Amino acid sequence: MSAVVDTHGHAHGHGDHHGGYSGIMRWITTTNHKDIGTMYLWFSFAMFMVGGVMAMVIRAELFEPGLQIVDPDFFNQMTTMHGLIMVFGAIMPAFVGFANWLIPMQIGAPDMAFARMNNWSFWLLPFAGSLLIISFFVPGGAPGVGWTMYAPLTVQMGMGMDLTIFAVHLLGMSSIMGSINIVTTILNMRAPGMTLMRMPLFCWTWLITGYLLIAAMPVLAGAVTMTLTDRHFGTTFFNAAGGGDPVLYQHIFWFFGHPEVYIIALPAFGVISQVIPAFSRKPLFGYASMVYATSAIAILSFIVWAHHMYTVGMPVTAQLFFMYATTLIAVPTGVKVFNWVATMWKGSLSFETPMLFAIGFLFLFTMGGFSGLVLSLAAVDIQLQDTYYVVAHFHYVMVAGALFSAFAGIYFWLPKWTGRMYNETLGKWHFWLSMIFFNMIFFVQHFLGLAGMPRRIPDYPLMFETWNKISSIGAFGFGLTQLLFLYIVVKCITSGEKAPDKPWEGADSLEWTHLPTPPPYHSFETPPVLK
Amino acid sequence: MPSKSLHHAARWAAAALLAAFSSLAHALEWNLQPPASPIAADVHGLHEYVMVLVIVIFVGVFGVMFWSVYAHRKSKGHKAAQFHENTTVEMLWTVIPFIILIFVAWPATKTVIAQKDTSNADITVKATGMQWKWGYDYVKGEGEGISFVSQLATPRDQIEGRAIKDEHYLLEVDHPLVVPVGKKVRILTTAVDVVHSWWMPAFAVKQDAIPGFIRDTWFKATKTGTFRGQCAELCGKDHGFMPIVVKVVPEPEYSAWVAQQKKRQAAAGASVQTAAAVSSK
Repeated sequence: MSAVVDTHGHAHGHGDHHGGYSGIMRWITTTNHKDIGTMYLWFSFAMFMVGGVMAMVIRAELFEPGLQIVDPDFFNQMTTMHGLIMVFGAIMPAFVGFANWLIPMQIGAPDMAFARMNNWSFWLLPFAGSLLIISFFVPGGAPGVGWTMYAPLTVQMGMGMDLTIFAVHLLGMSSIMGSINIVTTILNMRAPGMTLMRMPLFCWTWLITGYLLIAAMPVLAGAVTMTLTDRHFGTTFFNAAGGGDPVLYQHIFWFFGHPEVYIIALPAFGVISQVIPAFSRKPLFGYASMVYATSAIAILSFIVWAHHMYTVGMPVTAQLFFMYATTLIAVPTGVKVFNWVATMWKGSLSFETPMLFAIGFLFLFTMGGFSGLVLSLAAVDIQLQDTYYVVAHFHYVMVAGALFSAFAGIYFWLPKWTGRMYNETLGKWHFWLSMIFFNMIFFVQHFLGLAGMPRRIPDYPLMFETWNKISSIGAFGFGLTQLLFLYIVVKCITSGEKAPDKPWEGADSLEWTHLPTPPPYHSFETPPVLK
Repeated sequence: MPSKSLHHAARWAAAALLAAFSSLAHALEWNLQPPASPIAADVHGLHEYVMVLVIVIFVGVFGVMFWSVYAHRKSKGHKAAQFHENTTVEMLWTVIPFIILIFVAWPATKTVIAQKDTSNADITVKATGMQWKWGYDYVKGEGEGISFVSQLATPRDQIEGRAIKDEHYLLEVDHPLVVPVGKKVRILTTAVDVVHSWWMPAFAVKQDAIPGFIRDTWFKATKTGTFRGQCAELCGKDHGFMPIVVKVVPEPEYSAWVAQQKKRQAAAGASVQTAAAVSSK
């Protein structure tokens, strides 16, 4: 986002702010939270495009029954890499980008606590992303095992599997360093008077997410490392013939995997909790209960993992325990939804693009919550496990949840970051097209799942044809719509109108009230004075 | 299970809500397949019951939200109130969902317990997942000793678009699993290579087949007919091409089938022995 570069002003009077480098070296060596935040966001968008192209391939193959475009092996590689790239390459880095940009400004800190480590956490990502993409070009191609990488199918894969494992290691290191940085920054670098319970909710959700990441990512690293040694060094962690157990892999993976869902969802909740009050011109309802609900969700997320495994054949007591624990998550999640609606209630609402995406999030994420409730019931899940119902469910949570919230956040903070306004009309078009096409893709997938279509198949029985066609057309529309988003952002950066210091009437956190637009390259070098 | 009246209410509400869809979705499948076992009927009822609750909550929550979107607009000159907490309301909307969950968990618990009760089976069949077909061994009950492999019967030409696709495209096998109607059939699952999953939607049965381990599930078919499902765990290249077909027949027909299979197996066994005897000479 070059506008930031241009306007941060050498006028600041400190000589060179870029550590003596310019051009590409500036970005490679930068330790500035704003630069690093920008790089995270652009990297995430690039990965979003790569993962999106894979989704288009998947939907093109599924447009009609029969094998037309790709062979089943390549299809499996597509579903695997689409999942891994979207989860680890697109969504997670996007929210780390938000965290980098916003947390120091929202708590009145000059930068992140560990500025050099911050640089390293980002620069691991392009290498991890490259490993994932290179895996397509090695013998055997990318792994076709699904993003969950279940053993022992992983043992049958070629070299691409090893590249993917190393990519996951790098991504994990990056996430752990990123979250250590965020937690340390929030706990130690708040401006005087910025008590924990006065922080914007976005900082709270990231504080909790930071802990989740630090706890969960090493578990994933363990799972893939065991896969690696099973593949090459004669261990049998997941092989019954040597005393291991394939289901052990699933337990370890989902012990990471379920907290991962909230690692993605909680920062999204944080963004929404900033946007809805701003456009309702009314303080967030139930701030304290939001904090408690977020913590409750985080804690519960560690004791529900086996609801992803109702069909592996657990004892009845385990089925029941995981079912009860899972349904419990509906309580704190419900509290959050009720709080957001209560924030809107009797507000003074306006519907600029960030608010539209926030309402879209609220509406669709709640539907994802409902299908989650249906899936939580072990008895019903037996029928729906590994069908398109699950695909619909988690895309309601990941796309309509995390992605829509990221869009809300981008439109909300873009004027602050770049000093320029985006085009409101085009923003609204982006919202409505995304909303319509999203539901076209995924709403009908509930029907496919109920009627019995398994996921991860390149070809399907004739009775599923119509819904698949609708879904594919929606997917192509959704994909094209995101090019409009790129256009809107680029146009905003290059030729948007100048934004006022506080373009949103109801926004009230420090980045709006205490900093000019765009903020100086080094903000809050002296802590702000808080009333 | 939820009470009969709730069940009926559920049906009516679901029917009413989807009335708009019905013209569009006339020949389309949008719900669970018609149940053909007591467990599947339970799952069906449970799903409808939960859907009714979900729809009621949905209308409640979003009724409030959209009313707010409609009425509390800045463009209409609505001034923002400044309240930001209310302990009573917050307590209520924590406790009430919890109570609703108990009403959901109770019937679900009963079904889970029933699903897991594999005791007193009349017939036990072992289903072995292999890349990419199923092996069936009748290990106990009438038909004990019968053993065969079941794989996709759809011709390659149909898959690759060189021939018209049959009605049961991808859902037909050379040798279906045959079981008698009204008998409790226990299915043991295992696999020889990677994890597969034995899934029969009409019976609401899905059990992963895990290499090196034996797991079990059960069903009791309530009607005769041919029922179709697919492997439900990604198992490599041809995961989409290893269907599961169960033929449920009346008891006498089952006995006849067993007799015929035994005869065939005996003949095959005899010819193998003869061949062995010949080759050893």
